[in-house]
Amino acid sequence: MTPRPLARADVLHIARLARLDLSEADVERFAAELGTILTYVGEVQGVDTTDVTPMSHAGAVAPPGSEPEAGDSAWRDDHPRPCLNRASALANAPDESAGLFRVPKVL
Amino acid sequence: MTRAQGPAGPWTSAATLRRALARREISAREACEAALARLHAGEPRVHAFLSTSDERALARAEVLDRMRVQGPLHGVPIALKDNIAVAGMRTTAGSKMLDSYVSPFDATVTRRLEEAGAVVVGKTVCDEFAMGSSTENCAFGPARNPWALDRAPGGTSGGSTAAVAAGFVPLALGSDTGGSIRQPAAFCGVVGLKPTYGRVSRHGLIAFASSLDQIGPIARTTADAAFMLELIGGADPEDATAARRAVPPLAGALPGSAKGLRVGVPRHLISSGIEPAVGARFDDALGELVRLGAKVSTIELRNSHLGIAVYYIVATAEASANLARYDGVRYGRRAQAATLAEMYDRTRATGFGPEVKRRIMLGTYVLSAGYHDAYYVKAQQVRALIRDDYARAFESVDLVALPTAPEGAFRLGARTADPLAMYLSDVFTVGASLAGLPAVSVPAGFTDEGLPVGLQLIGRAWDEATIIGVADAFERATPWASEHPAQFSEA
Repeated sequence: MTPRPLARADVLHIARLARLDLSEADVERFAAELGTILTYVGEVQGVDTTDVTPMSHAGAVAPPGSEPEAGDSAWRDDHPRPCLNRASALANAPDESAGLFRVPKVL
Repeated sequence: MTRAQGPAGPWTSAATLRRALARREISAREACEAALARLHAGEPRVHAFLSTSDERALARAEVLDRMRVQGPLHGVPIALKDNIAVAGMRTTAGSKMLDSYVSPFDATVTRRLEEAGAVVVGKTVCDEFAMGSSTENCAFGPARNPWALDRAPGGTSGGSTAAVAAGFVPLALGSDTGGSIRQPAAFCGVVGLKPTYGRVSRHGLIAFASSLDQIGPIARTTADAAFMLELIGGADPEDATAARRAVPPLAGALPGSAKGLRVGVPRHLISSGIEPAVGARFDDALGELVRLGAKVSTIELRNSHLGIAVYYIVATAEASANLARYDGVRYGRRAQAATLAEMYDRTRATGFGPEVKRRIMLGTYVLSAGYHDAYYVKAQQVRALIRDDYARAFESVDLVALPTAPEGAFRLGARTADPLAMYLSDVFTVGASLAGLPAVSVPAGFTDEGLPVGLQLIGRAWDEATIIGVADAFERATPWASEHPAQFSEA
């Protein structure tokens, strides 16, 4: 298949969903590159997958409260436990105020 | 005896160094000083590290020297890939987004290794958020291959493999999502082991693609890698995906053997596009396995040629969700803006590099309304087929052999203009990742240009022991693991 560039409107729509402020040069570059990559990865669409259960994970995780089979991963019990204290949690904050993360106005 | 040959020389294995430390022939401080001296002498050429922790390491070594009881890695200097958290140390994952991030906690693997007595000397170069195949996507510059400084060490754990190959440290940790331990191990002529998905806790590993990411050891010998895996593996209440399964004796079960084992070779995958010398070394390696008593046969992995396509859908989809957390609010870089929405958009536009943005865009696309079923669900179904192909193959063979990478180390800059060509470096490694299987790369000789080539052995889920045993037997029967880049042999 010959790769077709992604439409400019699609690139802008995806960038908006991904919360990325793209430059004009980025939009042009991604239109071409994503078109090429999507054509390549699109080859999965030719495979017959009738009745195949999608695989989301390489391991099985037992649901909370259940007895995991030996070897299964499992959710831990939902009990409060010690965690990072407030000072540690805020230590990397770009901006903080009164023990809280401060952000620009929302609207 | 020169220092290069003494117990703290550049090519001393962790096992030998441990014995010397246990007999107090050398102190932990001396071992640490020797490692730091090599590192600082070699770093201007290699650039394996994003940060070093000399004072912290020497202070820890002194504490260890005063302790009466010695842990299993007592005093052994190690390096950690910079996407693995160490409390109080900078942890950037190779991204400008996190260039001043200092982790408030230890990764589980960090804690386990330090409790075993290991001394962390620094954090190694990796592609940004572990996305790449060469370390050239690192925001702070790539590492260089100790065998040829104008070439890539491979990626994404290329800083860790370069640090081990150059003799700075005997052990390092990397992480592998689609080949990021194995391919750089092959490029740098060292051993790289990706454990079974779920063998090692990822608590404190900066997430890229959570159904694939796995931490694993990098060493100059299979025995050292196996020993490190014994220490880091096992259940962890901090990571639900770390399986409640005991790690079997691995280093303890060595020396290994290939006798009577059935090795499957998916010949149909090894076709055009592979460098002739890599194909020749692979055939040599199969011949050696036969001499060691293995039975080699051809197998079919019918859907594995779709591995790269499936991988770049699944991994980017997961990455687009995992990297949503970098929003400039709680940690990391923040761009100034008048409103919260603009702050998000600009922070992410200026904090992420081109490859990370490309993958976030791709992942967002394949998850978006209208494309989700055609790309993401379809890829998950083909992933199931790839897993089932391996399961069928393992009914008639005990392990699968493939070259680790289709080529020797490429030149820095040779691939950066073509993202898809870079993705194809992972052609032989993504299969084990998608199926969640353990795989190891061991040195298997050199190309005509003198660049290392790796042999990859893939095992059944939870059966690292078999591939480690065969890798160890191969290593002891061949001279490759004792070859080192000449310019780093001077201590």
